[in-house]
Amino acid sequence: MTSILVIALNSFRETLRDKILYNLLIFAVLLIGASVLLGELTIAEHKKVVTDMGLAAINLIGILIAVFVGIGLVSKEIERRTVYTIMARPISRTQFLLGKYAGLVLTLSVNVLIMMAVFSVTLLLSGALVHIALFQAVALIFVELLVVTAVALLFSTFSSATLSAILTLAIYVIGHLTADLRGIAAKTESVVLKWLTEGLYYVFPNLEMLNVKGQGAWGISIPLSYQVVASTYGILYAALLLMVACVVFQRRDF
Amino acid sequence: MDVILIDGLTKVYKPNWPWQKPVKGLDGLSLSVSRGEIYGFLGPNGAGKTTTLKILMGLMRPTSGTAELLGQPAGDIHTRRRIGFLPEAPYFYDYLTAEEFLGFYGCLAGLDRSTLARRITELLDLMGLTEARTRQLRTFSKGMLQRIGLAQALIHDPELVILDEPMSGLDPIGRKQVRDLILNLREQGKTVFFSTHIIPDVEMICDRVGIVVKGRLLASGRVDELVSRHAGPVEIVCDGLLPERVAEIVPKAAKVLWRGSQCMIVLPNSDLVDGAVENIRRHGGRLISVTPQKGSLEELFVAQSEDRPLA
Repeated sequence: MTSILVIALNSFRETLRDKILYNLLIFAVLLIGASVLLGELTIAEHKKVVTDMGLAAINLIGILIAVFVGIGLVSKEIERRTVYTIMARPISRTQFLLGKYAGLVLTLSVNVLIMMAVFSVTLLLSGALVHIALFQAVALIFVELLVVTAVALLFSTFSSATLSAILTLAIYVIGHLTADLRGIAAKTESVVLKWLTEGLYYVFPNLEMLNVKGQGAWGISIPLSYQVVASTYGILYAALLLMVACVVFQRRDF
Repeated sequence: MDVILIDGLTKVYKPNWPWQKPVKGLDGLSLSVSRGEIYGFLGPNGAGKTTTLKILMGLMRPTSGTAELLGQPAGDIHTRRRIGFLPEAPYFYDYLTAEEFLGFYGCLAGLDRSTLARRITELLDLMGLTEARTRQLRTFSKGMLQRIGLAQALIHDPELVILDEPMSGLDPIGRKQVRDLILNLREQGKTVFFSTHIIPDVEMICDRVGIVVKGRLLASGRVDELVSRHAGPVEIVCDGLLPERVAEIVPKAAKVLWRGSQCMIVLPNSDLVDGAVENIRRHGGRLISVTPQKGSLEELFVAQSEDRPLA
């Protein structure tokens, strides 16, 4: 456990000392700020514009960090051979991988918290209510980030950073379209296509399930049961991906 | 007791595509390293040195054969507490300061806080990096990086130290510092196993050396034993010979040099000496000296690398 923590804290320190992260945070703050200006320009519902854009900004920046830091988590360590000195220590490959994951999750948590704080202050200043539904939406965005980070980490254990980025982004997009896959399965008459689309529906993460930004922006709370089921689904999916990543990483030569 | 025991280690790299041929990185390599000795693992680039070291550290699995460190199979997690490792041309977390860097590796090695603080101070002092204690590694020179790399390998006071090309890329002063450090480790009773392609480093500090070429161990033993086994050329100095006839008198001469009336003939090996001396005398030459040249590790290394049979 200590080893995982040591790796995680070092990983966190790396992202903190990486300038990119600050740039992303500044970008997020600007985006949330700009939403206020845009809100002023709209005739009605300007508070809705502010909440919509704020949630989208938190989601976008979170995903960018999860993908672009996530894909380098392991591949960068292998490319730069830092993994050699780590693996020479009394630490298992699983501990290393979990440590790297925990480090990025810590980074994401801090970022989401800061962005949420900026967002809330912006809302209050523009006279809008900080509704509980917004926190629900951000909590599920965070679960989505857990899944996307796990996807990036999995690819990072066996492929290059560029390929990992493409694959992770592809899975992110597909993850938001899985409902359509099911729609095709329901309508098609071809048995093969039905099986294929049904199969893909279950294999890919259903990220749309974790998207309640619409309700959040309108201030409509989602039922607690939905929140629990969706979060459990996301966390289990991420755990499964981590397990696969550990198996892949365990088998590979450096 | 053998600290490192390698038996019939073979590594075949599987190709990425079915139409590519598999590449043999190691081919039945066997060697052993005793406690308290400095063992130089010498070989040209691509000979399989790094592959061997990676297998020893559990970074890679062998296709066949076994490797044991400190009596445990290579890659055993708990044994790693007793081993220090410095990979070749390492890149370190350059956003860390020297102190944080050593702290990180010390924590991973399971050192407690007070021991860690003491070891960091000791090692920074030993490596001459005390001044750079709070500087980020990105501001370090290559020599400083190599020294801090060595410090991380030694932070937990290991019994066995494995170094991959520890002197490569260093200037003469840096190389001397690393050599002195390795000698210092032996004085402390530690075993050092390091790979290199720089021969003088091996000659200067190693108790024993192994020469690896194309994944096979071609020679192993004490440096002086290996060198004496490999007979070198012989120099014959004589006078009274006619320059135009020397080629005819000693047809197998590798080199002929003249200084006044004296002639120096270099024969490639000692087997040719008797015949040459006889011929020289028969043609009225007067023998001044016959000097066998001591074979060097370099010649042995080159001979082995070129797959030439040993004399």
